[in-house]
Amino acid sequence: MESVILQIAARHMRPLLVILSLVVLYRGHNEPGGGFIGGLMLGTAYILYAMAFGVAKTQSRFVFSPLNLTALGLLIAVISGLPALIAGAPFMTGGWVTLFADTVMELKLGTPLIFDVGVYLTVAGMLMLVMFSIMEE
Amino acid sequence: MLVLPIILPLLFMVLLIFTRRWLFFQQLFSLLSAVVLTVVSALLLTEVAKEGIMTIQLGAWPAPYGITLVADLLSAIMLITTSFVAVVVMVYSPGFIDNERQTAGYYPLVFGLLMGVNGAFLTGDIFNMYVWYEVMLTSSFVLIALGGSAEQLRGSVKYVTISFVASIFFVSAIGILYGQAGTLNMADLANKMRTWENMPYINGALMLFFVAFSVKAALFPFFFWLPASYHTPPVPITALFAGTLTKVGIYTMFRFYSLFVVQDVMFWKIFLLVIAGLTMSVGVLMAASQFDIRKILSFHIISQVGYMVMGLAIFTTNALAAAIYFTVHNMLSKTNTFLAGGLVFQRLGSYDLKYLGGLYKVAPFLALIFFIPAMSLAGIPPLPGFFGKLFLIKGGFEAGEYLITAVAIAVGFFTLFSMIKIWNEAYFKKTPEDAQKAQPVNRSAIAATTLLAAAVILLGLFAGPVMELSHQAAMQLKDPYHYINAILKQTSP
Repeated sequence: MESVILQIAARHMRPLLVILSLVVLYRGHNEPGGGFIGGLMLGTAYILYAMAFGVAKTQSRFVFSPLNLTALGLLIAVISGLPALIAGAPFMTGGWVTLFADTVMELKLGTPLIFDVGVYLTVAGMLMLVMFSIMEE
Repeated sequence: MLVLPIILPLLFMVLLIFTRRWLFFQQLFSLLSAVVLTVVSALLLTEVAKEGIMTIQLGAWPAPYGITLVADLLSAIMLITTSFVAVVVMVYSPGFIDNERQTAGYYPLVFGLLMGVNGAFLTGDIFNMYVWYEVMLTSSFVLIALGGSAEQLRGSVKYVTISFVASIFFVSAIGILYGQAGTLNMADLANKMRTWENMPYINGALMLFFVAFSVKAALFPFFFWLPASYHTPPVPITALFAGTLTKVGIYTMFRFYSLFVVQDVMFWKIFLLVIAGLTMSVGVLMAASQFDIRKILSFHIISQVGYMVMGLAIFTTNALAAAIYFTVHNMLSKTNTFLAGGLVFQRLGSYDLKYLGGLYKVAPFLALIFFIPAMSLAGIPPLPGFFGKLFLIKGGFEAGEYLITAVAIAVGFFTLFSMIKIWNEAYFKKTPEDAQKAQPVNRSAIAATTLLAAAVILLGLFAGPVMELSHQAAMQLKDPYHYINAILKQTSP
């Protein structure tokens, strides 16, 4: 069933949801949010799009298939533990750098954030994989 | 070093997901990966044997708060046996499982399973243990249903349901313990249990744990799901499950019993002895009434697990060492009999003993590589099953547990009966007239089974050194202060 209202809404909601999911992902380490909830939001953006335009059209827009996205997320999550090994600390020890300290643009980056990116991609990929298979039935 | 048995399977799994359409690459790469895992586990075993218990604090969070990974000899022995079984199954699979299943994610899932199993062997934190159980179970859920034949789905519904129920028990026990003791680090918890007099609810929590693990290990009242589901997927999957999954439950029981059973020791001992006796005898008696090779072998998993619990319940160093040796033997021999059963299926197109026969004449080598592990399970010298049972029975006599020892001996005879039954029906009797025409058997599958049969023989020939190693592992279990100190000492200032 094609609905013009849903299609227009989905087209405009998608970029908003993607940006919002990134915000939630970034603030996640110390405030409510994080990779899991961000990943759910990212997944929702594309599920909404698929509801409006169909699964096939949505999937044609992806470089990565949802399953590969999940695998990529797992890979990133593992890689986030490796810098600690190189530094001689136990696996997964968190390391942080602060860019532009003491300015408005202060940016704290660290391996837990990389791990969260991994979770973000895994959750989004898994959610889309499950939902798309159900919607294709 | 200690994280490698966990992150390597994860990395392999990720690579295998990316390359899931390239069948040949998948087969080759997963074989190589399994070999790499075995080498890593072997290195770990030698290091643990030399240096003693190894620990690591993930993320450098100190012990009672962060997650501990810890390897003592028991963990290391289980790790290497698991990865070796994985190597054999990886050689066997390409020639047995149809291409559709192989490209549908069989290989990545196997490594997901291995990650969970290895994680459960290495973790020193109860909640982390639960997570590894879930990793392992989730992979096994998909593996058992992979391909989606009606029979498989029927089996997997039972398997998934009972596993979820077991998980509920597991989490409830964790909740109670955490509420009481405020810690989930196994060493810290064991320490607290030794110093607190009459910690409330402790037996309740341990009983919930017992239910959860005995479902996984298929002990007496909770074994029914195993023969109802294990015979449904293709044989390499069943063999992998038989060799690794049920043994994780046994490993966890060994670990928990050694660490946490400090109050009411007599109650737990008698309780476990009764469970062990019932598991052994019920499993073997039900096996005797079956006619499907896979079902007979599935029921034997149950009866063999009873021997391991018997060794645990007696809890003298000798009995524990025998139980550990027996577990290793069982992981190899059990997988081997399943794989040999698969070869019979490839040759004659059936698992049902009524439609089989005459294999000894037409394929003596197939008969031989079934005969070795089967006689090992039945306990014929000089195969490892004989030594395992001999030491267990010796341990039982030394500890004065005559009743359970008598049961163990009697069950041994029935096991021999079942194995002889398969042997007579499938290999020795004349080929029935309605049997299917003989099919060629895949060479790599034969090679894998032969490799495992050779390993079984070697385990019997080198029973002395292996037994010596299990003896050391048993001493570590018997005196958990080593384990506790290895984890907690590092963190105290």
